[in-house]
Amino acid sequence: MDYFLELFLGGLTRGSIYALIALGYTMVYGIIKLINFAHGEIYMIGAFTALIVAGILSMLGWNQVLILVIACIVAVIYSSAYGFTIEKIAYKPLRQAPRLSALISAIGMSMFLQYYVLLAQTSNFLPFPNLIPDFKFLEPVEHIVRSSEIVIYTVTAIVMVLLTFLIKFTKIGKAMRATSQDRDMAMLVGVDVNKVISVTFLVGSATAAIGGVLIASHTGQINYYIGFIAGIKAFVAAVLGGIGSMPGAVLGSLVLGMSESFFTGYISSDYEDVFAFLFLVFTLIFRPSGILGRDDTEKV
Amino acid sequence: MFSFNEIKKSFLVALWFMFLTFPIMVIRVNTIYKTIEWRWERMLMVGIGAFFLSFLWRYLRKRQEAGQKKAEPGETESLPLTQRLITDKRFSVPGIVAVSLFALAFPFVFSMYQTNIMTTALIYVVVGLGLNIVVGLAGLLDLGYVAFYLVGAYTYALLNLHFGLGFWTVLPIGALFAFLFGIILGFPVLRLRGDYLAIVTLGFGEILRLIMENWNEFSSGPSGIANIPRPGFFGIELSLHQNIIWVYFVMLAMAVFTIFVVRRLQDSRLGRAWIALREDEIACQAMGIDKRRTKLSAFGLGAMWAGMGGAVFAAKTTFINPASFTLWESIIILCVVVLGGMGSILGVICGAMVLILLPEYLRAFSEYRMLLFGAILVIMMVFRPGGMITAVRKTHQFKGLKDQQSTN
Amino acid sequence: MMKNHVRKTLAIAAASLFLCLTLSGLGMADTIKLGVAGPHSGDLASYGIPTIKAAELVVKEVNANGGVLGKEVELIVEDDVCKPEVATNTATKLVGEGVHAVLGHICSGATKAALGIYNSSKIVAMSPSATNPALTQSGDYPNFYRTIASDDAQARLEVDFALDILKLKKIAVLHDKGDYGKGLAEFAKAFLEADPRAEVVLYEGITPGAVSYGAVVQKIKRRGAEAVIFGGYHPEASKIVMEMRRKKMKTIFISDDGVKDDTFIKVAGVYAEGVYATGPKDVSSNPMAVAANEAHVAAYGEDPGAFFLNAYAAALALLNAIEQAGSTDYDAISNALKTKNVDTPLGSVRFDERGDALGVGFSMYRVKNGAYYEVK
Repeated sequence: MDYFLELFLGGLTRGSIYALIALGYTMVYGIIKLINFAHGEIYMIGAFTALIVAGILSMLGWNQVLILVIACIVAVIYSSAYGFTIEKIAYKPLRQAPRLSALISAIGMSMFLQYYVLLAQTSNFLPFPNLIPDFKFLEPVEHIVRSSEIVIYTVTAIVMVLLTFLIKFTKIGKAMRATSQDRDMAMLVGVDVNKVISVTFLVGSATAAIGGVLIASHTGQINYYIGFIAGIKAFVAAVLGGIGSMPGAVLGSLVLGMSESFFTGYISSDYEDVFAFLFLVFTLIFRPSGILGRDDTEKV
Repeated sequence: MFSFNEIKKSFLVALWFMFLTFPIMVIRVNTIYKTIEWRWERMLMVGIGAFFLSFLWRYLRKRQEAGQKKAEPGETESLPLTQRLITDKRFSVPGIVAVSLFALAFPFVFSMYQTNIMTTALIYVVVGLGLNIVVGLAGLLDLGYVAFYLVGAYTYALLNLHFGLGFWTVLPIGALFAFLFGIILGFPVLRLRGDYLAIVTLGFGEILRLIMENWNEFSSGPSGIANIPRPGFFGIELSLHQNIIWVYFVMLAMAVFTIFVVRRLQDSRLGRAWIALREDEIACQAMGIDKRRTKLSAFGLGAMWAGMGGAVFAAKTTFINPASFTLWESIIILCVVVLGGMGSILGVICGAMVLILLPEYLRAFSEYRMLLFGAILVIMMVFRPGGMITAVRKTHQFKGLKDQQSTN
Repeated sequence: MMKNHVRKTLAIAAASLFLCLTLSGLGMADTIKLGVAGPHSGDLASYGIPTIKAAELVVKEVNANGGVLGKEVELIVEDDVCKPEVATNTATKLVGEGVHAVLGHICSGATKAALGIYNSSKIVAMSPSATNPALTQSGDYPNFYRTIASDDAQARLEVDFALDILKLKKIAVLHDKGDYGKGLAEFAKAFLEADPRAEVVLYEGITPGAVSYGAVVQKIKRRGAEAVIFGGYHPEASKIVMEMRRKKMKTIFISDDGVKDDTFIKVAGVYAEGVYATGPKDVSSNPMAVAANEAHVAAYGEDPGAFFLNAYAAALALLNAIEQAGSTDYDAISNALKTKNVDTPLGSVRFDERGDALGVGFSMYRVKNGAYYEVK
């Protein structure tokens, strides 16, 4: 039973990590129907920025929790700025262009950002300080679940609630939903589509940045390539849950994380990725729009 | 262009970029040795660079937007320059002759190294044309195309390893296997659309690679298979240099063959069915085209070329391992098609040449190579979203009743 | 007919060009050309760049002492990004430029791809870092030499240490599914299974770059492994060690020279304490090694990186062999490498029948107080 619980919590950790990144993917896709390949890099830049800030502040000897908060805030600011800029340069000019062109532009941006960080910083793995303090009350179960994992679960849940609130109950959320349904119509009724798209990118990137800081704290190291790998997995998770749907992104991430964890725990780690992809294929065969995806009826 | 407003805009852009790149470019923290390195000169470079580039960017964008004004209805749309050149017999015939002579003379004029690279570019032409069938003609976004490339390469390597079969024997077998795999991939994705299709094909590509990596008994796993023999030249032993030239000509012949076949396919009934599928899936079904058969044939026939290319790749490199067939390869092949011009054969050829030759010649920049590559991708897409050479559908001008009446 | 004419002329032109090219290859060169091939850009650049620096330092010193065979030594550096298909391009380029010997490549996969080209052009290649056993043991590559011991020697050392010294009974063997890591792990597993004293409780590959290795670590705990033998590189190793220690597992961690790297200690921090790793024999007392390291710091302002001393030794060995052979002829160089000793920072080195260096081996190291110390 203990083993099962450990695997379950491990899967929950994985799923939450994927979820934090998948949410950004799904938000952007919902608005402009673009697979933002560069999203993983925004997550990576968030982690790097946090490392730099945390490095400076810890050398100055500041309080650990304060460092965490400030690093998060700065990472969020910078990631959002990068997301905003990327949208303006690489995606906005291609709004009327064929979808594939925008995709290639995203791929180019992803490459550019990876090598930008590689050249500006280093190709080595950099140790990331554990910014999340170990909670005293968790001591007895430290070997089953760590405090950083609890923080990750909580933050993911909070972020999901906040985003749902944003989409459902705020004015800008309404504008986002309108733009996502029918962009031209939204423009006609007076929605500032450019602003809405920019806000979407800002929010999505902010989520990724938070994810970056937390996951970097949890795994203890970062390098310029982590965005690509995490990005692909998160993208799979988003599609699994139904791309364009936020609860779908979270659900898909959890399902993916859990299945990977249990597969590794009970069968083998060798084929865990194969299993994850096969799982995806079979799900899509029976539910072609993902688990929670809306079946968009195509009008002729 | 140099009004105060413009200068102010560029100045703000420069400030924004200096802010944006501040942490990553300027600060380098070393937590072990407890040092912080501040590199202010970089921020200055970024600022100045951004200032001037923003002028250039805005100028080019304005020009692009002005050129996009569509033709009035009733007038014939003027074809882009490249299309006019191609269709005009005075240019195309001497052009093809010149290119053919250049291609034939190439390995004798240039060094072994250049020939080797050109052979790689030709492999990508063949593979790109295959993906062009799937993505360009049929409009099915395939992110796992490298799987078929892998099938072709491993078919040759494994059949050679276990049964000692030669290159020429395996080439058609490899093509057949790739074709079958294409059909196998096609079945589960029949109902999927757009990005769901993309993700499943991506998954398929990864699954195949991971199986090859882990199933050691079958595929020698990550250590790969070495000492794969090159294609035989009528049983005569060749030196390295001669071998490279021979492989080049084999590939050239294969490329010409591919271009020929793909051209015929494009103009055939099947090709038109693919284009109909791409334009509007539902209307295509309403017109009586069997969606299932069309999709499956697109996958299968498209995969075949990758299989052939893969076999030549194995023969040329003499060593393969699963690490050569990652998602990244799929992306490169996709870039070849999209950058060159989706649906256009000449476009794919140009795309392959540019995408393969460019990094080799950019070796001089070594470190900045990939950075430039990414930037070029973005810039190309922003300024020419249709690719370098846009595909133009074959149009038949209908002269209309006016002419008929005049002859009466 | 016109076509036949054109074909004939082309054939004659081709034949004469062949002749010219083959003849020019035999011509006397003005300099001795040493090719250096490896990853010089991209994520594995840190494994390849120190080799360039080693070659530069060696060549500078050799040229200052009159060169080789009275001629100056010229370095031709080419990047292969550790990819087999790029490596064949790199090899072709080097052969085309007329190199007399090659220092490289760095990664086993790239080396395998390139060796065929060097072999058919009769060029000697020596690697400071390619540890795949098949390279020398299969006999397919008679032109290959290396100044580092092969992976089966490492695995042997790890297993012997685990069984003889640490007296372990239950061992989990993990790898990163890569060529190097899996190869090592397979040897370790084979050695362990052949020995009745110990049992392999788990043999599995982990996915490099995954977000969390919690599940695998839990499996290790569940199977009751006393130690983990890991084949792979330091990023994955540090993640696994961290997870294990945070879950309060006292499992011993033994790994290979991909982990015997200061970056591992930096990244894993306090969790690196007590980790065992095999690495090239400690030569820090060797005066030539000390001199080489100092030269590096003087010239480049930082400590040398991975495989620096191995590359330094390889460069010396190659140039020395050419000098001893009296010519750049392939057979003469091969003979010289196998029969004449050369003093290098790794000791006095000579090569055996298959191309492995005699006098170069591995030792076990342990992390204590934040640094690796050799376990005697």
